[in-house]
Amino acid sequence: MKKIQRGTLVFAIGAILVFAIIQVLLSLQILNSFWFTIIRIGAVMAIVSLGLNLIYGFNGQFSLGQWAFYAIGAYASADATYRWTQLHSALGVLVLLFAVVLSGVAILLIGRWVSRIRGMDALSQFALYLIATVLLVWVAVLLGKALDASVTAFLASLPKNVSLQIVFFVCIILAGLLAAEVSFLFGLPVLTLGSDYFGIATLGLTIIVKVLLDNSDTMLGFPEMKGARGMIGIPKITTWFWVFTFLILAIVITRNLLLSSYGRAIISVREDEIAAKAMGIDIAFYKTLTFVIGSFFAGVAGALYAHINGFLHPNTFNFIKSFDPLIIVVFGGLGSVTGTVAASFAWALVLEGFLRLWLPEGFETWRFVVYPLLLLIMMLLKPNGLLGNYEIAYLRNLIPPLRNKNENQTPPPPPLTVATDTQEVKS
Amino acid sequence: MKSRVLLSFVLLVTLVLAACQPAAPTEAPAAEQPTKAPAAEQPTEAPAAEQPASTEPIKIAMLVPLSGPVPTFGVSTRDGGMLAVEEWNAKGGVLGRKIEAVVEDSQCTPDPAVNAANKVIDTDKVKYIVGETCSSASIPVSEIAEEKGIVQISPTSTNPTVTTKADGTAKKFVFRACFIDPFQGLAMAKFATEKGYKTAFIMLDQGNDYVRGLAEAFEKSFTELGGKIVGKETYTSQDTDFSAILTKVAESKAEVLYLPDYYNIVNLVGAQAKEKGVTAVMMGGDGWDSADLDLKAADGGFFSNHYSPEDTRPIVQDWVKNYNAKFGSTPDALATLAYDATNILLASIEKAGVDDPVKVAEAMASIEWEGVSGKITFDEQHNPIKSAAVLQVKDGKVSFVASVAP
Amino acid sequence: MRASTATSKSILLEYIIKRRWLGNGLLILVGLFAVYRLAVELINNPILFFQQVINGLQLGFVYALIALGYTMVYGIVRLINFAHGDVFMVGAFISFYGVTRLQLHTWVSSVFPSFPPVAAQIIGAVTVVLLAMVTCSVLAFTIERVAYKPLRNAPRISALITAIGVSFFLEYFGALSFVFSPNFITYKRPFDVTTWYLNKGGIASLQSGQAIPPGSVIFSNIFVIIVISSILLMLALQYIVRNTKVGKAMRAAAYDKPTARLMGINVDGIISVTFGIGAAFAGAAGMLYAIAFPQVFFWMGIIPGLKAFVAAVLGGIGSIPGAFVGALIMGQAEVLSAAYISTPMRDAIAFSILIIVLLIRPTGIFGEPTREKA
Repeated sequence: MKKIQRGTLVFAIGAILVFAIIQVLLSLQILNSFWFTIIRIGAVMAIVSLGLNLIYGFNGQFSLGQWAFYAIGAYASADATYRWTQLHSALGVLVLLFAVVLSGVAILLIGRWVSRIRGMDALSQFALYLIATVLLVWVAVLLGKALDASVTAFLASLPKNVSLQIVFFVCIILAGLLAAEVSFLFGLPVLTLGSDYFGIATLGLTIIVKVLLDNSDTMLGFPEMKGARGMIGIPKITTWFWVFTFLILAIVITRNLLLSSYGRAIISVREDEIAAKAMGIDIAFYKTLTFVIGSFFAGVAGALYAHINGFLHPNTFNFIKSFDPLIIVVFGGLGSVTGTVAASFAWALVLEGFLRLWLPEGFETWRFVVYPLLLLIMMLLKPNGLLGNYEIAYLRNLIPPLRNKNENQTPPPPPLTVATDTQEVKS
Repeated sequence: MKSRVLLSFVLLVTLVLAACQPAAPTEAPAAEQPTKAPAAEQPTEAPAAEQPASTEPIKIAMLVPLSGPVPTFGVSTRDGGMLAVEEWNAKGGVLGRKIEAVVEDSQCTPDPAVNAANKVIDTDKVKYIVGETCSSASIPVSEIAEEKGIVQISPTSTNPTVTTKADGTAKKFVFRACFIDPFQGLAMAKFATEKGYKTAFIMLDQGNDYVRGLAEAFEKSFTELGGKIVGKETYTSQDTDFSAILTKVAESKAEVLYLPDYYNIVNLVGAQAKEKGVTAVMMGGDGWDSADLDLKAADGGFFSNHYSPEDTRPIVQDWVKNYNAKFGSTPDALATLAYDATNILLASIEKAGVDDPVKVAEAMASIEWEGVSGKITFDEQHNPIKSAAVLQVKDGKVSFVASVAP
Repeated sequence: MRASTATSKSILLEYIIKRRWLGNGLLILVGLFAVYRLAVELINNPILFFQQVINGLQLGFVYALIALGYTMVYGIVRLINFAHGDVFMVGAFISFYGVTRLQLHTWVSSVFPSFPPVAAQIIGAVTVVLLAMVTCSVLAFTIERVAYKPLRNAPRISALITAIGVSFFLEYFGALSFVFSPNFITYKRPFDVTTWYLNKGGIASLQSGQAIPPGSVIFSNIFVIIVISSILLMLALQYIVRNTKVGKAMRAAAYDKPTARLMGINVDGIISVTFGIGAAFAGAAGMLYAIAFPQVFFWMGIIPGLKAFVAAVLGGIGSIPGAFVGALIMGQAEVLSAAYISTPMRDAIAFSILIIVLLIRPTGIFGEPTREKA
C-alpha cells in the first residue's frame, strides 16, 4: 500500500514537473513552434494509443478502427467550435450536447431494458439502439435550435477568451462521448466477431468514415466541413495545458480502471475468453466497455488534434495512417502504459523531428526508408516492444504481463465459437 | 483509498498550479495569434539581425511531397524550382546574394506539411516558401506563413482558401502561381461549346479538391453555354478499375468526357475507355501536362494548360530545353509552375530591394512577370491573371490548338 | 431456451426476440433495397447490366489471384501479410522491366523466326510471367527469413508490425529514383488489345473508334486472358495443396504445427515454401493486373492488396475456393455498387458487405465454422 502511494506521489510530482518544464521552455521560446507542434502531436498520439492499448493490449481486441473515432472526434468538435468562432452561434455545441446526452441516456435505458428481458441478439439490439439514436438526434437538433439564441447570448456575455475556452472544453468532452457512442453502436454487432475479423471490420469502419468525410459537404450536409477541400477556420486553441491535462487524465483513468475489478475482468478476457466466461464474466459487456472507453480517448484526442493546426482534411484520416497507433502500441510494448506514452513521443519526435533534421540534404526522400528499417530492427531486437512490460512505479505491478501466446504452446483462443456460443446460451 | 485521496489532492494541486499560471493556457495562442496584426513589428527585428551579414545567402524553402502517395509530383516541383534557383545563382543571385534552397518533405498531407513549414521557418530561419504542391497541405502552411509573416507562393494549389482567410479576405503573405479552378473549367467549357459538342460526362476524384473544383466549374459553365451534362461520376485516387463508370459513359453517348485529373488517372481511364468502346472526346486540365502522359491512351483528347511547348517565346523554349538537358524529360505542369513560382518570388525580392518579407509581399502583389506560363499579374485575391492554352493530343504528340483569354 | 420473464413478456415480444426479427429485419431491409435497385436496373437495361457484370468479373478474377496468396499465408501462419500487396507491386515492375528492357516477350520470335507468331507470343508472355513469379518468390522467401522467421515465437502482433514495416520499406525504397522511381509508369502490354462484341448476331471484333453496336455486350482479350490464367493458376494451386507432398505438409502444418513437427515435417521450411508460392501468385497477379490497368507505380500494391485480403476474409480465410468466390463477390460488389448505388460509397459498400457476411457467417463463406486453424 505504501509503495503505491509513493509511486503516486512520484508520478504526480513528475507530471507537474514535466508540465512546468515544457511550459517554461515554451514561454522562453527555447522550444520553437516546430518542436511545440511535434510535442502536442506526440501527446495526442499518446492519448489515441492509450485507448488502443486498452482495447488491444489489455482486452485483446485487434482494432484498426481507432483512427475512425479519432476522425469523428476531430470533425465533431471542430464543427462546433467553428460555428462558435466563425458564425457566433452555439448551435453546434448545443446540438452536439443534446445528441450526446440524449443518446447516452437512451443507450443506458435501453441497455437496462434489454438486459432484463434477455435473449436479444446483438444485431436486434443494434437495430433498436440505432432507431432510438436517430430519433433522438433529430430531437436534439430541434432542441438545439430552440435554445440556440439564449445560450449564445449567455456565452457572448462572458469574456471572449473564457467563453471560447468553455466551448472548447465542452467540445472535447462531447467529442469523446460522441466517439464513444458511435463505437458502442458499431461495436455491438461487430464485437461478436473473432479477433482478426474484428480488426478487418474496424478497418472497414475507418475507410467508411474517410469516404463520408470526403463527401461531408454533399452527403452529410455539413457545408462548412467542405468535404475533400479541407475544413478551415477552426480556432487554434490546443495549448500544452489542455493536451497535457487530458494525457494525464487518460493515464489516470487507464490505471484506475485496470486497478479495479473491471480491469481484472478486462484482462481476463484477453487471457482466455472461455476461462473468463466460466468464472462468470460477461465477456460481451467487458469487450464493449473497453472498446467504448478506448474510443472515448480517441475522440478526445481527435478534438485536441483538430485545434492544433486549425485545419482538417480527410487525408489525415486515411486508413494507412490508422496503423500508426497500432505501431506505437506494439512498439511501446503491448499492455504497457508507460511504453505506449514513451513510444508516442518517440514516434513523433523521431519521425517528424529528428529525421527531418538529421537526414542530409538531398536525402529527404529517405525519411520513409529509414523509418520502416528502424521499425524492423526494433521489432527483431525487441519483439515485445521497446519497454516490454516495464512500468513506472505508479503503474507497476497492477497488470499481469502479457502472456506469450505462442502457438507452439497453446493454440490461440477460438473466439468465434465463443461468440456463437454466447448467443446460443442466451437464447 | 488513501492513494486515491492523495491522487485527487495532487490533481487539485496541478489544476491550481495551472490556474495560478494564467499565462500558461493563454500564452500559446497569444504567441500565435497577435502576430497577425503587428506583422510590421516582426520585420523590424528581422532585418536588424540580418543586415550586418548581407553577404549571407538568401534562403528559400521548398515544401514538396517527396513521400506519401504522390512523390513524383514533389520531384517535379522540386526540379522545376531548383532550376530557377540555379539560373538566378548563375546570374549572380538576388540583391548580390546567393540563393540557397532548403527542400523539405511535406507529404501532401496537413500534419507533415505543418511540421515541415515550422522546421524551415524556425530551424532554418527561412523567410520565403515555395510550396506546397497539394492544396490540403498548402492551406495549413499558408496559415502559419500568414501568422509569422513569411512569404509563401504555392505553385499548384488551386483551392481558393489557400490565399484567402475564412472571412474571404486575402492573406497578405500568400500567393499562388496557378489558375484557380473556375478559369480552366470555363476555358474548356467554352472550347467544347465552340467545337459544337452538346453533351458531356464528368468524371471526378471525390477526394481531390483540384479535380473537384475544375469539374464543378466546367459543369456550371458548360450548362450556362447551353450544353448538357448527361452524367457525373466520382472515383477515388486509388481506384484503378474504371470499367463501371466507363460503361456508363459509353451508354450515355456523351460527346465529351471531361476528366480534369492528373495524368496517372488519365492514362488508366484512357486505356480502359478504348476497351469499353467509349467514343467521347476526352478533355481535361493542366494535370494532363506531363512527359508521362500515355499519348496512346489519351489520343484525341484536349486539355487546357498554362503554355504550349510549341510557343516560340524564348523563355518557353529555353525552359523546355534546359529542363530537358538537366533531367532528360520534357517538363510537366508541376515543374513549369514551380519554375514560375520560384522566379516570381526571386523577382519580387529583387524588386523589393530588401530581404524583408513584408516588402517582398507588397512587391509581389504588384509584380508583372513574364513567365513560362504567360504574363502574370496578381489580382486582389493573390491569384494570377493569365491566359490558358488548349492543347490536343494527337498521333503521339501534343500540339497547340487555341488560346483562351481570361 | 427458457425465457425467465416469459410471463411478464407479451407473446409478440417474445416471438420478435426469439426469431431475432429486429436484427434480421434490418439486414433483410438492406438486402431488399439492394435487390430492388439491381432488379430495376436489370429490367430497365439488361444489356448494360450484363456489361457491368462482365466488368465485375474481370476485376474479381484479378483480386482472386492476389487473394490466393493471402489466404495461403494466413491459413498457415495466421499472419496478415501486409507486404503481400507490395510483393505484388514488385511483380508488376519486374514484368514491366522484362517487357521493356529485356524484351523477353519477343525472345521466341527473335531466336526462332519460323515459329508460329501466336504461339511465340504466348511463350514469350509466359516467360515474363515466370520471371516475375520467380523473382517474387525469392523476394518473399528472403522477407520471410529476415523479418518473420525470427519472430515466430514472439506475439503474433510483432510479426504483423514487421509486415507493415516491410510493406513501407518496399514502397518507399521502391520510390527512390534509382530503384523503381516515384513516377507513374505506363505499362507496355506484351500484346495488343482486341475487343469483341457479343450480341444476337454472334461475336465480332470491334474496330478502334467504332461505337458499340446497340444491344451488345463487349469484352476484350484481356478479360479472356485474365479469366483463363486465374482459373489455371487456381487449379494449379489446388493441385499443389491437395495432391503433392508439399501440399500435404502445408495442410498438416496449418492444422497443427507441433504435431506436424512430431510427424517429421520441417515446419519452418514449409512456411517458407508457402510464402514463396503465395508470392509467386502475387507476381503473376502483378503482371495480369498491370495488363488490365496499364500503369505501374510504387504505391499500386496497397489497395488491391487490401481488397484482395478482404475478399479472402469474405470467402473464408484459409480456403482456396473461398478466396476465389470471395474475390468474385468483391469484384461484383464494387462494380455494381459503383454502377447502380453510389460511386463514392463503393468501398464503403464493399466493406459493409464484408461486415454483414461476417455477422451471418463469422468465418466467411467457405470458412470452417467449428475450429480456427492454429
